[in-house]
Amino acid sequence: MSSVAQESTAASLTGRALFPHRHLLGIAPLKPWEIRFLLDEAEHWATMNRAAASKHDGRLKGLTQINAFFENSTRTLLSFEIAGKRLGADVVNMHAAQSSVKKGETLIDTAMTLNAMRADVIVIRHGSSGAVQLIADKVDCPVLNAGDGWHEHPTQALLDALTIRRHKGSFEGLIVTICGDVLHSRVARSNMLSLAALGAQVRVVAPPTLMPGHVDYLGATPYHNFDAALDGADVVMMLRLQNERMDGAFIPSPREYHALYGLTPERLSLAKPDALVMHPGPMNRGVEITSSVADDLTHSVITEQVEMGVAVRMACLDVLTRASRGVEGWT
Amino acid sequence: MGMSQKIAITGGLLADPALDAPTPGALLIEGDSILASGAVEIPSDAQVIDAAGLTVAPGLVDLGVFRTDKPAFHFGGITRAALMPDQTLPLDNVGLIREATRHGKPDFWVHPLAAATRGLEGKEMAEMGLMQAAGAKAVATGRQWIADSGVMWRVLSYASSLGLTVITHAEDSGLAGKAVATSGETATRLGLASAPACAEAMAIARDIALLRETGGAIHFRLVTTKAGFDLVRTAKAEKLAVTCGVSPAYFMLADNAVTDYRTFARLSPPLRSEEDRQATIAAIADGTVDVITSSHDPRGPEDKRLPFADAEPGVAGAETLLALSLNLVREGHLSVTALMRLLSANPAQILGIKAGGFTPGSAADIIFVDRDAPWIVDSGKMAAAAGNTPFDKMPVQGRVRRVMKGGVFY
Repeated sequence: MSSVAQESTAASLTGRALFPHRHLLGIAPLKPWEIRFLLDEAEHWATMNRAAASKHDGRLKGLTQINAFFENSTRTLLSFEIAGKRLGADVVNMHAAQSSVKKGETLIDTAMTLNAMRADVIVIRHGSSGAVQLIADKVDCPVLNAGDGWHEHPTQALLDALTIRRHKGSFEGLIVTICGDVLHSRVARSNMLSLAALGAQVRVVAPPTLMPGHVDYLGATPYHNFDAALDGADVVMMLRLQNERMDGAFIPSPREYHALYGLTPERLSLAKPDALVMHPGPMNRGVEITSSVADDLTHSVITEQVEMGVAVRMACLDVLTRASRGVEGWT
Repeated sequence: MGMSQKIAITGGLLADPALDAPTPGALLIEGDSILASGAVEIPSDAQVIDAAGLTVAPGLVDLGVFRTDKPAFHFGGITRAALMPDQTLPLDNVGLIREATRHGKPDFWVHPLAAATRGLEGKEMAEMGLMQAAGAKAVATGRQWIADSGVMWRVLSYASSLGLTVITHAEDSGLAGKAVATSGETATRLGLASAPACAEAMAIARDIALLRETGGAIHFRLVTTKAGFDLVRTAKAEKLAVTCGVSPAYFMLADNAVTDYRTFARLSPPLRSEEDRQATIAAIADGTVDVITSSHDPRGPEDKRLPFADAEPGVAGAETLLALSLNLVREGHLSVTALMRLLSANPAQILGIKAGGFTPGSAADIIFVDRDAPWIVDSGKMAAAAGNTPFDKMPVQGRVRRVMKGGVFY
């Protein structure tokens, strides 16, 4: 579908038709205009977060938001917590480490428990692909996927898209190079789907041992040579290499990885002069990215990604609770 | 009914695995065995059973089930099953084998498969000879491939000396690792750990190479890829004693059936590509496949209502085995008698039991099949111990109306 047709589809929609999904489980189920709608909504919150002395908007007042994190997280959990609190929700965090999950309770039982506590929105991170969908099928309130296994991390893809759009204006014809452990990365999967849907040319580059098959079906072109993948890139998105993959099973060593796939100032010069450098964090400085690149604010938008994360999550929490809050046109 | 009472089954269509096509005729039974079949004269003192409108076939011999689940087997017309050694206590000793052989009698016979190695650990040989004496009809590696080639070489040569077929799981464990799906678009989209389909061909190639050295017989319980079938085809042309089986899931479904993380479609080996699914049908049609097994493995919600990678593999397949296999006949891939070779005669031959056919002296295990009877698979209403079928709500045809085991109706 051409972008013109997509715009006209979106323009004719109002209310719930703009985003007819109960949950946000991934980018895959979303139409391009639905992604754009969430970005437009997030833009509003980004402006408020920067401008207002008081960052409070009370629209989720009285609603309970449970952040159920079955996998450790610092920044995503914090981002969702701040987003919920800025909207006035009562935010409760559930850490798997302190939960009955460790005592053998099944995921379904945990879901039923959260449901019985009458949560109004549940944010879930889980280490197993598909686990968030499994919970979503069992609860009565909207569910936001904060990352499931290697599958999807939709709010990360949305915040990345918002960051790119604020700098580049549009996605049409942009070359985005995603480099790193694509195989084990939900960030890469969600970004491939979202950026391709928005009209960008997506290149993914990884050692063959960390590249999944058939990425072309997700709208991306695979590369194994980082220099070739960087040629003319508008955006360079680096992925985190997990420590446990560095021990020889997937790559020979961190220093060899750095030599072949690390983003250095010299490498970055192969991309366009105004290329953006992005990283979902936390970074392994000196492995996938050198400090000089990460901290070079003429290219690096890494802290802005974090900032946009709050705005995007506010937008998602707002949009997904509109039906239950009785917002006109959304019930 | 005395043991010498003769029973004549008349008016039906006989699906005799030894023949090219089903033929009208009678089946004469005395005691627990078949006396004669075809154009037989009915003795005046015989009890006559009318099978008009039905296909009369040998009871199914299911080569490789994980649980003795009589209600499901009865529904599916399965009168004997070879029980995999992967039980709570692995079937690796005489006592467990002896107990398993008694488990279903009289209306259902279990033929336990002896664990090839102690604890199914793939290291030390189990007491195959003593287990054979206790009733084991074949040796099996269980759900796992034996990774150590030296161990497999010794298992094959030892079993060969006993005349026991080695039933093996064909998946290279180093390559398969913790994979829960076949590499491909679906696994990438869903973010599932996957392994290339060649894990199967690698395992088959090694085991055939070993068999060339050791002699004896090997049966690949489930072959699911084109490359795997090609290797089996070549080995058969070489006159090696190599046989292989399939399960309906692999000729009915491809890997995209796990989309939406459907754990009922989580199998071991994992579902393959559409190309491999079609290769499975081709291998059935050209005679490369010897056996169709249900791989019956009922699994409740505690094993299946989990994230995909955490769920246990397996399908409750006993009830749908015949109906789904009859699709192959309806689609013209093989005759109904050829199908009965795959479902009854060949598995009986691999186990070395006198069953699965209509030859005189063969066990009077008979099913009466309404081949066209339509029904709908319903995972909520299955006879099996659990309803984990990937074919829920699928309309199928073919119902077993009566089951006779050893000359007695149950």
